[in-house]
Amino acid sequence: MNEFKYLRASDASDAVSQFSKESKSKFLGGGTNLIDLIKENIEKPSALIDVSRLALREIKKTANGGVSIGATAKNSDTANHPLVRENYPLLSQAILAGASQQIRNMATNGGNLLQRTRCFYFYDPAMRCNKREPGTGCDALEGLNNYSAVLGWNEKCVATHPSDMCVALAALDATVKVKGADGKERTIQFADFHRLPENTPEKDNNLQTGELIIAIEIPKSNFAKNSYYLKVRDRTSYAFALVSVAVALEMNGKTIKQARIALGGVAHKPWRAMDAEKLLANAKADDATFKKAADAALKDAKALEHNAYKIELAKRAIVRALKKAVDGGIA
Amino acid sequence: MCENFPTYIAEEIQEPLTEDEAALLSEDDLSKLGKSRRDFLGKTALAAIAAQLLLHDQAFALKYMSDAPVTNNAVSELAMTVKMTINGAEKSVAIEPNVTLLDALRERLQMTGTKKGCDHGQCGACTVIVDGKRVLSCLTLAAQAEGLNITTIEGLGKGDELHPMQESFITHDGFQCGYCTPGQICSAVALLDEAKRGEISYVSTNISKKPPTKLSDDEIRERMSGNICRCGAYPHIVEAIKEVQNGKAEAKSS
Ligand SMILES: Cc1cc2nc3c(=O)[nH]c(=O)nc-3n(C[C@H](O)[C@H](O)[C@H](O)COP(=O)(O)OP(=O)(O)OC[C@H]3O[C@@H](n4cnc5c(N)ncnc54)[C@H](O)[C@@H]3O)c2cc1C
Ligand code: FES
Ligand code: FES
Repeated sequence: MNEFKYLRASDASDAVSQFSKESKSKFLGGGTNLIDLIKENIEKPSALIDVSRLALREIKKTANGGVSIGATAKNSDTANHPLVRENYPLLSQAILAGASQQIRNMATNGGNLLQRTRCFYFYDPAMRCNKREPGTGCDALEGLNNYSAVLGWNEKCVATHPSDMCVALAALDATVKVKGADGKERTIQFADFHRLPENTPEKDNNLQTGELIIAIEIPKSNFAKNSYYLKVRDRTSYAFALVSVAVALEMNGKTIKQARIALGGVAHKPWRAMDAEKLLANAKADDATFKKAADAALKDAKALEHNAYKIELAKRAIVRALKKAVDGGIA
Repeated sequence: MCENFPTYIAEEIQEPLTEDEAALLSEDDLSKLGKSRRDFLGKTALAAIAAQLLLHDQAFALKYMSDAPVTNNAVSELAMTVKMTINGAEKSVAIEPNVTLLDALRERLQMTGTKKGCDHGQCGACTVIVDGKRVLSCLTLAAQAEGLNITTIEGLGKGDELHPMQESFITHDGFQCGYCTPGQICSAVALLDEAKRGEISYVSTNISKKPPTKLSDDEIRERMSGNICRCGAYPHIVEAIKEVQNGKAEAKSS
């Protein structure tokens, strides 16, 4: 591993101020992604500001009936928190679908949002990758792209966002609270947090340099009874998603009052399927409706040479997740 | 860091067998022994073997590690002193910020029970228990462990007495080559605590309620999925964990 300074922040203000004093600093959460990337020589920070012990662990009700999840709370503690299990079982399920218990025990919520792509070409320095080295090109585009994106990609980057947790947060209309180097706080809608590659695939999200994630807030909703997270992968457990679907429904008898659908493993960011949601609102919960919604969700999908399977897989996963959610999910 | 010193070599060099080991291995083809082998390997014998293997391992570490260029790095201007409690004993280690907890344990503290498999979070061989939670020591910086309580495989038993999970792994042949085993056992010990606390997994069917504390085979498999065994000892590992969980002998699956 390259050398770096290790500094521990005492509170959020101290963290952002320490960050701005060092030339190439990075915040350190659980380290499960960052340490790996430093070992791979992909991230080369000169200083790590350890924020994992900051008192931002709290998971609590918000004034308007939602829940606030601290940035330094561990993924495992978040998934198991009674407030989350009762009100947002979709989030528990999505977190638990990711990584392994050991990793979830280390991983922080802030770090989960900022984990980087698992595209092989990003990890392999022998390959060209615009995300790793802007302007060099994308070897995945014409390479072994069976794990690559089918939605929202361009010729600059076909990487996918690997997080499971973020797919549920996208479906649940979460917001992200961050603190800037100037000490000011701002709130970012989850849909605007991660971004598509456009001309700057090296940027995964819309955070400004030195901004610290403080908390994630999820608004109150009536989705707890009918939600489901479905993850399809190469092996049953401990693998990233080929395709995943987060479905949250509010039911009125056999009719869907409103729906949320987000997809993982298919795009540079967690993908909200708004068109499908519109189709589902006030529709009868039956197979025909589900199929229509699935088609709508993938209508703009474009396959690369090796990943056409993802489009059909995603459609089927949506139909199945919708059925499961209607049947009472896992709550 | 001792990057140019391949620590795994030390472990792969085959030392001649001790008399005891030779005697044990020449007993018969071990795979044919089945139950009698387990009878033969009574508790005391087991503890003695385990203790001896541990000593062996440590002697190895000293033999091969003492010449390793530890000092090359220890004087780096970034070096810092990290205090942690390891298996009940307070330790103070001088390390650089870029040293993982795994390398600190194995190369600085000569505690080689914790294994390095992939070094990238993908296999679970390096699992240790930190403040009651199982974590991966290969993705933890030693600096991050400041002030924390670490339990490694060396600290599970009490003196000569093995931890019930260790015994159960032996009873159920929960390993072949044994490389993944320290990680598997630390993981399994923490797993049963998680179940007692009512924690859920991806295969739990009722998320908003407390799941049963007795885990099904599916639950155990899902919760152990972070520990890869290249020898494929999985069915036996599940049996071993079940026996400790249920407090009774499980019928062997094969
Ligand atoms: C083998 C393996 C398998 C995995 N499988 C899955 C999977 O199936 N699904 C899945 O979703 N994930 C998976 N993961 C990824 C894992 O979920 C992430 O590595 C983890 O969530 C990152 O959290 P962390 O706290 O460890 O982040 P770190 O590694 O500490 O940091 C990640 C990034 O976030 C930044 N950061 C951390 N905290 C903050 C903050 N508060 N504010 C601003 N920036 C911050 C860091 O600077 C860094 O850039 C896997 C990981 C491994 C190693
Ligand atoms: S060595 Fe740590 S997970 Fe493989
Ligand atoms: S026993 Fe050989 S790797 Fe598990």
